Amino acid sequence: MTGFLSLFRRLEGPQTVGRGPGFWSLFALVLAVALAYPLFSDGYTVGNTVYFFVWVFIALSLCVIWGYGGSLSFGQTAFFGIAGYGYGVLTINFGSAYGFTLLALVIAVAIAALVAVLLGYFMFFGRIAGVFLGIVTLAVTLMLERFMAQTAGPEWHIGSARLNGFNGMSAMPPLTIPWPGEPIVLFADVGLYYLVLGLLVFVYLALRILMNSSFGNIIVAIRENPERAEMLGYDVRKYQLITFVIGAALAGLSGVLYTVWGQYITPSSMGMTAAALPLIWVAVGGRSDLTSTVIGTLVVLAAFQALTIYGSQYALVFMGVLLVLTVLIAPNGLVLGVMNWLGRIATRLTQRAG
Amino acid sequence: MSLLELRKLNKHFGGLHVTNSVDLTLRAGEIHCLIGPNGAGKSTLFRLILGEHHPGSGDILFAGENITALKSFARIHRGLSVKFQVPGVFKGLSVRQNLEIALQSRHRGAELDAEIGRLLAFLGLESEQTQTAGNLSHGQKQWLEIGMAISLKPRLLLLDEPTAGMSPEETHMTGEMVQRLNADGMTVLAIEHDMAFVRQVAHRVTVLHLGQVFAQGSIDEIVADERVAAIYLGQAHA
Ligand SMILES: Nc1ncnc2c1ncn2[C@@H]1O[C@H](COP(=O)(O)OP(=O)(O)OP(=O)(O)O)[C@@H](O)[C@H]1O
Ligand SMILES: [Mg+2]
Repeated sequence: MTGFLSLFRRLEGPQTVGRGPGFWSLFALVLAVALAYPLFSDGYTVGNTVYFFVWVFIALSLCVIWGYGGSLSFGQTAFFGIAGYGYGVLTINFGSAYGFTLLALVIAVAIAALVAVLLGYFMFFGRIAGVFLGIVTLAVTLMLERFMAQTAGPEWHIGSARLNGFNGMSAMPPLTIPWPGEPIVLFADVGLYYLVLGLLVFVYLALRILMNSSFGNIIVAIRENPERAEMLGYDVRKYQLITFVIGAALAGLSGVLYTVWGQYITPSSMGMTAAALPLIWVAVGGRSDLTSTVIGTLVVLAAFQALTIYGSQYALVFMGVLLVLTVLIAPNGLVLGVMNWLGRIATRLTQRAG
Repeated sequence: MSLLELRKLNKHFGGLHVTNSVDLTLRAGEIHCLIGPNGAGKSTLFRLILGEHHPGSGDILFAGENITALKSFARIHRGLSVKFQVPGVFKGLSVRQNLEIALQSRHRGAELDAEIGRLLAFLGLESEQTQTAGNLSHGQKQWLEIGMAISLKPRLLLLDEPTAGMSPEETHMTGEMVQRLNADGMTVLAIEHDMAFVRQVAHRVTVLHLGQVFAQGSIDEIVADERVAAIYLGQAHA
């Protein structure tokens, strides 16, 4: 019981907005609604919600690297694509028996993380920082997009998995949980919904604990003043690399879940537009706070999809306008601004009551 | 016994010879002040000692170990600590969090809270603990950074103009604090333009001029030196 309480306390701290019984009651309510929602909805709508959730992981990856760590990576989509294609290649070759798809998910995320170790080592220990980090990461993702786009010919295959150039890879098996009798296949509706929701809650809570730990302290210290952090004895580049790899793994998870959801992945998932969108979600939400990032991403995605009905050009213009408004009105994020405002009202009310 | 030994340290910035064959030895347990005109190379010397810059030639020995090739954070682990000329606090974080980040590698849990409380009291920043460090006055930022530097319990504390922006009373208090730390065994190397502070704390003084050691001695010897008066004290201070 005390162990549980101390774990609970570690979820709160200066690095995350939202604390106390009020916040956690609201959290429990939202979670209860999310759990009950498929019972009152149809398969298509639930599948669409899964699609939204899938993007939250790449948004969180940017939140960690950029919002907390202070390094603007423009190429999280590279890890998204690597893991997505990785899952495709693995499962098309080895199938879905014996729960292999779950293992493939883990391996694909690990491959993205491994690439991040190499790329991150080269960048951070080569003292590439600031704008240049953005340029290098963007170059990597665009290069991967170009490369994958020219793999249309039959000579481009890994085992029995054709890369298929611009049309992308498809028909990989969905996630399949081995079960006595008949395996449970998680198609892109209710089954996948509960898995992704579970992952989302787990990742959100785990990141809250991580960001409020001494590790989180160190990475925000590096964001604020890397020289001072080094002069307190912290190996700045090591911590930047670890943060980058954590972010890459989250982007990779996003990529695998996306591939699993639609049973396809194309090079454009690593292109310019794909790379820019997560930046907008995270900037509009509030890059330096996990909760703001999650809410911001879901709200902006929903608005984007609603507008796309009228034409995708309007939706993209809307995103641009939203970004400009954010930069002008609330540079730290619109959602974060609102949350801080609500927090101030709450304290004032409790003070008046007490 | 010497704690820090600089041997023929040379550093160029392009055509500028910022430190020119600097030899300097710090005795363990002393308070040593480094003075000299603007641009003499004092802050650069600190950055060489800390490993932020690397010398073109020469060696840096700390407690008998050659640390010339060590990374900065590793030198901090050996027992160096610094307060920079321009206060280097974590501006966007609270005062309390600034100290927590400095203290968390040596303390945990309730002990960490107690240490933070003690340091806040020592620095006189208790009522500012929830404020964002960027909103502090210049003097308070200096105190905060000094607090972070001493929280590492270094063997050698480097202070680059610790009293800049402080009133004479605050300067005197800073001097007393440095003496207290020194009495507990900390060796101190301080760059300072404020001669009242130097007179208050320094056991020995080194004058740096155009990247070279120009003079060395007690404060009285330095003040009496006409050559020093001509290049520095004459115009900076009476
Ligand atoms: N990174 C750098 N690149 C080029 N020149 C530099 C650099 N850092 C310092 N300098 C130059 O080196 C010289 C010495 O600078 P330094 O900051 O060490 O002087 P200082 O003695 O600390 O002066 P002050 O009393 O004004 O702080 C100056 O001429 C300065 O312009
Ligand atoms: Mg200086």
